[in-house]
Amino acid sequence: MIRVTSLLSILFEPGFFTSEPVRTAVVIGGGAAIVSGVVGVFTVIRGQSFAGHALADVSSAGGAASFLLGINPLLGFLIMGVIGASSMELVRVDRARERDLVTGVVLGAGLGLTALLLFLDVTSSSTTGAAVTVMFGSMFAIPASIIPLAEGVGFGAVLMVALLYRPLLLSSVDPDLAAVRGVPVRLVGLLHLIVLALAVALSAITVGAILSTALLIGPAAIALQIAKRPGWAVLLAAEIGVAATWGGILVAYDSYSWTGGHGWPVSFCVVTLIFLAYLVAGWPGRGRARRTPRIDSRRVQRAA
Amino acid sequence: MRAEAEILAVRQAGVSLAGREILHDVDFALEPGEFCGLIGTNGSGKTTLLRAILGFVPLSRGSVTIAGGSRLASVGYVPQKFVLDPYIPMRARDLVALGLDGHRLGFPIPSKGRRQAVDETLTAVDATRFADQRIGDLSGGEQQRVVLAHALIRHPRLLLLDEPLASLDIRSVAEIVALLRRVSCEYRVTVLLAGHDMNPLLPAMERIVYLANGRAASGRVDAVVRTEVLSELYGYHIDVIRVYGRILVIPVGTEEGATAAIERDPVHVAQVP
Repeated sequence: MIRVTSLLSILFEPGFFTSEPVRTAVVIGGGAAIVSGVVGVFTVIRGQSFAGHALADVSSAGGAASFLLGINPLLGFLIMGVIGASSMELVRVDRARERDLVTGVVLGAGLGLTALLLFLDVTSSSTTGAAVTVMFGSMFAIPASIIPLAEGVGFGAVLMVALLYRPLLLSSVDPDLAAVRGVPVRLVGLLHLIVLALAVALSAITVGAILSTALLIGPAAIALQIAKRPGWAVLLAAEIGVAATWGGILVAYDSYSWTGGHGWPVSFCVVTLIFLAYLVAGWPGRGRARRTPRIDSRRVQRAA
Repeated sequence: MRAEAEILAVRQAGVSLAGREILHDVDFALEPGEFCGLIGTNGSGKTTLLRAILGFVPLSRGSVTIAGGSRLASVGYVPQKFVLDPYIPMRARDLVALGLDGHRLGFPIPSKGRRQAVDETLTAVDATRFADQRIGDLSGGEQQRVVLAHALIRHPRLLLLDEPLASLDIRSVAEIVALLRRVSCEYRVTVLLAGHDMNPLLPAMERIVYLANGRAASGRVDAVVRTEVLSELYGYHIDVIRVYGRILVIPVGTEEGATAAIERDPVHVAQVP
């Protein structure tokens, strides 16, 4: 018993469970990880990881503007994210490469706006650290007051994915098959982008706009090589995201004790845990090793 | 021919894409249960015609009528070059089930009836043994059977297949043709199958729609694949030669005509395997 408590005290530095910033980070970070994991699975299947990253960059302009205007930063990320999603979908494109170009152009415009707004943040309202907060997040500095809005957005996003589950899945596998089944493919695509914008805004408030891609793509990529069924992949991605986020919060909190009170950024710890998990799951190595012998054995069976 | 007995009627249909006329005056009809090959060279507009029938591409003129109410309820479709990414987290049976209710909102509710429908369709296309494997791990031919089951599960009256025989080895080609022939009888579904080579389809094909020059000739194979009919369709002399039960379509005509023909339509010879 004493050994268990001493082990716990090594894992959890004193004050972890009573700290207000930690509690806020756990709630908001957990919510963001769930939404990102759930949406991320569809984003990866659709091959729209780049769109996810672009939306994050565009939403960073909203985050930067929120410092200037003194509004809730989550609201800023949300508004710009949804505007970015709509503008990317409004431009009608037929080819995948064209879609990449539109995404890239929108991304550039968004980041340019961010550059201006961050500059104004520093010069006119002398908000120091705005750039780091917007781009890389500062999880322990999230005001508890944004919890209701964050949870509301998160709940709405998950509900939307649950509703769209089958049409979204089918149109992600093949748009033509979905269209023949009567799925309004373009509408589903737009709704996916909007839910993606919500996920990205939630992640941006936690691990930062730029790093939100890691929370969106990483857990989904790990889940997709383990899960054999779509429902399992979605659940697994959400679980991996939450585990990495909470683990990252813990490591960052503990790091105060070995860095002499400065502490490492939570974002760094979260993203590093995701990356390590990805290496362990082993995208190319394990996947190939698993597939090749199966194909070989089938050939042998046929020949025999 | 009784109009109400037609499953599909394409009347004087024309399609223009980006200002270019791809199809003009395409006219044919399919009767219930017919197995029809849609034959033409690459770029002759087979895919465009199938997409126009599906309503994906607007007609510039003419009409497409599908019997049995709405287009969605009565048409199954197997797209061209269907390649599924290996990381899609889906078993073969999951994709087949999406053919049943993929358009519905919310999560699927597992039921005995749903499972039974999926199992029956998988059995019908000989896909039972890989039903629980990831679709991305299956071979091209196996994936095609899964997509076929996806298209069949709602018992459509018309089944459209876009180049299902391309990129299959000779043995698989014969297998798939036999399978499609059997399935079309079991499901009493009218089949319109696009391909560039008519020879593998000869044992199964009851009707041919031959596309060339944006126009179509339709009828029994013997009636359509003849020197006079195809020469008229192509607009230059075509030789149709039958050897060892195979049909070769060779552009010849006058020397200048042949040169022009080959330039327009590089050596369109039905491939002899």
